[in-house]
Amino acid sequence: MSTITTIDRRGFLGTVFSAGAFVLGAKVLPAAALPAGKADAAVFHPSVYLGIDPSGLVTVVSHRSEMGTGIRSVLPMVAADELDADIRHIKIEQAIGNEKYGSQNTDGSCSIRDFYDAFREAGATARLMLERAAAEKWSVPAGECKAVNHFVTHAKSGKKLGYGELATAAAKLPVPKKEELTFKQPSEYRYIGKELKTIDRDDLCTGKGIFGVDAKMPGMVIASIEHPPVLGGKVRSFDDTETKKVKGVSAVVALDTFKPPHAFQQLGGVAVIADNTWTAMQGRKKLKVEWDLNENAAYDSDSYKKQLQETARKPGKVVRTVGDVDAAFAGAANTHEAEYYVPLLAHASMETPAAVAEFKDGKVVTHAATQNPQAVQEAVSAALGIAKTDVTCHVTLLGGGFGRKSKPDYVVEAALLSRKLGKPVKVVWSREDDLRFDYYHAVAAMYMKAATDAKGRPTAWLQRSVFPTIGSTFAEGAEYGQEFEMGMGWTDLPYNIPNHRAENGPAKNHVRIGWMRAVANIYHAFAIHSFVDELAAAAKRDRVEYILDLIGPGEKLDIKTAEGKYWNNGMPVEKYPVDTARLRRVVEVAAEKSGWGKKKNLGIAAHRSFLTYVAVVVQVDVDKAGKVRIPRMDIAFDAGQLINPDRVKAQFEGAGVFGTSVAMMGEITAKDGRIQQGNFNTYPVARIDEAPIETHVHIVDSSAIATGAGEPGVPPVPPALCNAIFAVTGKRVRELPVKKTKLV
Amino acid sequence: MIQLKVNGTARQFNGDPEMPLLWYLHDVADMTGTKFGCGMGLCGACTVHIDGAASRSCVTPMKAIVGKEITTIEGLDPKGEHPVQKAWMACNVPQCGYCQSGQIMQAAALLKEKPKPTDAEIESAMRGNICRCGTYGRIRKAIKLAAGVTA
Repeated sequence: MSTITTIDRRGFLGTVFSAGAFVLGAKVLPAAALPAGKADAAVFHPSVYLGIDPSGLVTVVSHRSEMGTGIRSVLPMVAADELDADIRHIKIEQAIGNEKYGSQNTDGSCSIRDFYDAFREAGATARLMLERAAAEKWSVPAGECKAVNHFVTHAKSGKKLGYGELATAAAKLPVPKKEELTFKQPSEYRYIGKELKTIDRDDLCTGKGIFGVDAKMPGMVIASIEHPPVLGGKVRSFDDTETKKVKGVSAVVALDTFKPPHAFQQLGGVAVIADNTWTAMQGRKKLKVEWDLNENAAYDSDSYKKQLQETARKPGKVVRTVGDVDAAFAGAANTHEAEYYVPLLAHASMETPAAVAEFKDGKVVTHAATQNPQAVQEAVSAALGIAKTDVTCHVTLLGGGFGRKSKPDYVVEAALLSRKLGKPVKVVWSREDDLRFDYYHAVAAMYMKAATDAKGRPTAWLQRSVFPTIGSTFAEGAEYGQEFEMGMGWTDLPYNIPNHRAENGPAKNHVRIGWMRAVANIYHAFAIHSFVDELAAAAKRDRVEYILDLIGPGEKLDIKTAEGKYWNNGMPVEKYPVDTARLRRVVEVAAEKSGWGKKKNLGIAAHRSFLTYVAVVVQVDVDKAGKVRIPRMDIAFDAGQLINPDRVKAQFEGAGVFGTSVAMMGEITAKDGRIQQGNFNTYPVARIDEAPIETHVHIVDSSAIATGAGEPGVPPVPPALCNAIFAVTGKRVRELPVKKTKLV
Repeated sequence: MIQLKVNGTARQFNGDPEMPLLWYLHDVADMTGTKFGCGMGLCGACTVHIDGAASRSCVTPMKAIVGKEITTIEGLDPKGEHPVQKAWMACNVPQCGYCQSGQIMQAAALLKEKPKPTDAEIESAMRGNICRCGTYGRIRKAIKLAAGVTA
């Protein structure tokens, strides 16, 4: 259900358009995108804008943040295509935070999925209005006028007017109803499906891109913040005598610790203010702080791991059940059990959290590397006790995000400090700050059990996961997985197994838990697809043949969970079915392209997440010292319609590397509540020789509507890699990172 | 007073001689193309050329570059058309782009020294530069394109 209205030009980014411009706002209400009854519906009204100046310049607003997916270049081209605008006369504007644009939370692999229709309708509406404006001028039927490549023409008379020349007249027309709109056929697409370069590409090759850490405001000072070493800790006292002796340090300011739940509030601590980043960091080193700590100071990763594993061995909360697992186990001749473990992980974006903010006359202006400028408005306004509309959030480029930068605690810090100091403050986190005070990807323990028939096929399957929930970030003490966490690769086991039960056990959080690229799918997929490989190995069956057998012939699944309907990324299954025929297809393509059956050192896993189907085949070599090298990775995916195939491929290439880091090296641990890693020497991520040497991404032709691209490539990578390691070494990796397991 | 040359322009610095070149460039000289990533020379985001050699500016104090010639991403080529930059564009290497200044500076130094690098030489030269987006495959491809060697 969509409605489109013209909007007041002054209400739109102020200075983007000159007088007389034709500005169109498309407002779309996808009711299905709303988590039932939970959210303020207004916040979820996606609203996108495009405008045409009398000069002919078409401005398309990108309300999504650019962190490397290309989204701010790609999504506007959907509107430009439907408008049939000439690419030479299109300008893309980055939106500030404003709920009129709809959700700006660039997260969850949903930008194209949720905004394709809105942008398309905006373009089609503008095109129709331009054609009608021309028809009126020429006194001919509108149906005889056609907008092509920035001009409206009338074939019979040969008349022709540019979009700019028609803009003022078009703005005076009533806005057509959606039923009046026509849309292009795929054969008519000018930009959709083409591999256009992004607007940022050349700047990023010449050092011109402006990220959060590069943002400036006149009179700005820099802050480096010593955070409490333990979540919820408070400053008891501090001695800044030596800090203030550092030339260039201008102030030392304490920040209050958040009031639970921490959500996106500041952590608290002591900020050292200086005229440049290095001096602020130097001054901070000389600071002496006494802390009041809490029970989180007892957090120890080793004992916590044991607790999670013990919980996973006991019955938990049932989140999905099919048939009777207990009865099937009671009568089973063969059973197989396994436990899996994935540690805490950090996002480790190359750009650490950074933002500049100025509090002035009761209002805040910020330039922030944020995935979610509206969350900035909300968090900053709540922290300062001002109206949300009094927070203006400009979005810079993001040096990576991966979910970290949709949590704007660092922007709150900048705003609070600016109010205290009466001048603009840029907060820059060090790498140590970033790794020690992240919203971590949850540590998780999984217990799996299956009974199998004579062919090794499961007759019963029990799976139990235990992890500190993201819910604890928003509700203090939350211990069970949220519906969305369960819905990520746990309540949607796509296999044809007569008896199946999925469970979840409780866990307390002692650090901030947040979402990281692919979220709960990472540990769930690791357990499920490793276990599938174990069962296939026990049955001595070919993995591809076994997986296809588990999937079955292909059907649209009707999944019933304990909560009722399967979560399905918050989208209706009627529109985005769980289609195992598509899952089969990606398995077949990945197998064929990778040379499956011809090489011995391959592992495979296939997983649906973010409504997208992905199969990954990893080839590994393990040398005599146990060093793993990945000569090749094949990734086959079906993400429905693609707007810019090259940028989507790049996302899957990147997911292959991200997944390799998760599998091979990532691990965050705590002792006495303090995180033990601090930089890339103790929290390594994949380097060029550790990443897959060759990554082949295979697009599976699909007539389906667009689904996620940024995240779904990640989950199948760790299990596929570990399954390949098993194929080569016979060593089963049940705990990540791989380096925990002795391979030779 | 420290005298140095950045991208061909003579400059003076009279601040703390211990300040790393990175922060001089980024905060003092307002050349933000050179990026902070780790502060320990572990990630390569801050890579510049010091007298032609790829160096980590985050661990290079100002006192160590007296009289030296610094080249940053802004000065690699006046038009941003260094063969490495052109190859980076042709291969659509950047995702978020944050590490790419450092990657390009590292690759440019490699090709100056070894115009036709082998795979092993590429890995050895580039393994100090982290890309969290995972553009390594395209980096390999772009270096080979710039070098005119077949992939």
